[in-house]
Amino acid sequence: MSSVLSDIKKDYIISLLNNGKRDDGRNLNDMRDLKIELGIANKAEGSCYVQIGDTKVIAGVKCETGAPFPDTPNQGVFTTNAELIPMASPDFEAGPPREDSIELARIVDRGIRESGAIDFEKLVIKEGELVRVLFVDIHIMDYNGNLFDAAGIASIGALYNTKMPVLDEEGNKTEELMQLPMRKIPIPCTYAKIADSILYDPSIEEESVMDSRITVTTEDNGRISAMQKGDVGSFKKEDILDIVRRSKIRGDEIRSILKEKFSEMR
Amino acid sequence: MEKDIKFFTNGKRIDGRAIDELRNIKIEVGVFKRADGSSYIEWGGNKIYCAVYGPREAYPRFLQKSDRAILKCRYNMASFAVEERKRPGPSRRGVEIGKVTQGALEPALILENFPKCMVEVNIEVIQADAGTRCAGITAASVALANAGIPMKELVPACAAGKVEDKIVLDLCKEEDNYGQADLPLALLPRKNEFSLLQMDGDLTEDQLEEAIELGRKGCLQVYEIQKEALKKKYITGDVF
Repeated sequence: MSSVLSDIKKDYIISLLNNGKRDDGRNLNDMRDLKIELGIANKAEGSCYVQIGDTKVIAGVKCETGAPFPDTPNQGVFTTNAELIPMASPDFEAGPPREDSIELARIVDRGIRESGAIDFEKLVIKEGELVRVLFVDIHIMDYNGNLFDAAGIASIGALYNTKMPVLDEEGNKTEELMQLPMRKIPIPCTYAKIADSILYDPSIEEESVMDSRITVTTEDNGRISAMQKGDVGSFKKEDILDIVRRSKIRGDEIRSILKEKFSEMR
Repeated sequence: MEKDIKFFTNGKRIDGRAIDELRNIKIEVGVFKRADGSSYIEWGGNKIYCAVYGPREAYPRFLQKSDRAILKCRYNMASFAVEERKRPGPSRRGVEIGKVTQGALEPALILENFPKCMVEVNIEVIQADAGTRCAGITAASVALANAGIPMKELVPACAAGKVEDKIVLDLCKEEDNYGQADLPLALLPRKNEFSLLQMDGDLTEDQLEEAIELGRKGCLQVYEIQKEALKKKYITGDVF
């Protein structure tokens, strides 16, 4: 997911980091401006636009019905898909999802699924036969670094924004609308490692020179629901634990912004 | 396909418009950082983003033309842009719209300045509500201007159609689904020629003439909105 960057730029970024600075003026632990808008696409049952700096992402939720998986007859089905569309970057190409977009979708998916954010048992219409099928589709519109956090926040925002028809026992739609049975707000926080520095919310320039990255998804109660180390490179145990601590604090901040948005919505 | 719908009430259409009235159109210019040019259009219930990249080296190389740049247009609909979820990825419909979009935009561009290059237009429909191809072409033309691609003129687009034997401008969803004819047009306003023309349904020769003329007038209104959007960007924008 990195573009070609001159060695000069890389040296410049590293020398700034050695002094605890970043080329856009942020401190190592600063996030770029975060903007969240709910309900931006009304053909979707739920939608959310997230902007982190110049990175712009839209997530939409569509609800259908279908058969459950045989091994989970008493649970709804949840699918996350991400598209790195050519609109977002000169380096993205059209076609079937590649490694990067599959990894992105799976990190977001795990964060939401494993946190138990959605009460899947409440998505069952007829056990073993008919359940709700939820699709979260993530559209990357403008790629300027840290897609993981933007996509994760957009997805959880879109799920909380979802209003779908109440179904009768046969699975037919009724006039009434309901929200998804949501329980938690998992928030992913991504850190990049460049030389010996660990910095939050990497920009595209930083991503292109980073050695490695970690995404930590935390939930309301401070628990960790998903982690992923990406790219080449490695982390010390102390660094990992430090990143987790920082993710919990940052996750709480972003959660409270989202909670405010959700309460405005109702 | 005509359904039992009352298309007119006291001379007004389902959504309250007169027969020659456009839906509300709002265009924003320069909405993305990565793209060389970009735009966002809201046209009735349509919400569409457009990003332009280029001119840059054309690939695969066999597509390169030695005397000018090529124009690639990609039209894509988000899976959540319509009532029933659309499978993500390319569709036959999207490929065709991309092709006619290219045909509509290219005559207005001066691509001879950039041999062996390509200019890419990406149209992304986030919310669809009838008339996405016309809205997409309209937005794309503005994004091309925002990208600084040399052009002879902007290309506005707009559909005319027929419902209950009346010719109407800019079909809404019900009129599109259950009406009698749909005629999307794109206009080269200075040349006064059409660069997009598709039609499906049933029209007499007289009705076609009436529809083309109504569509042309619609395009000219869209043209003014395009120009206003660009002026607004460069007068109040952060370019100065």
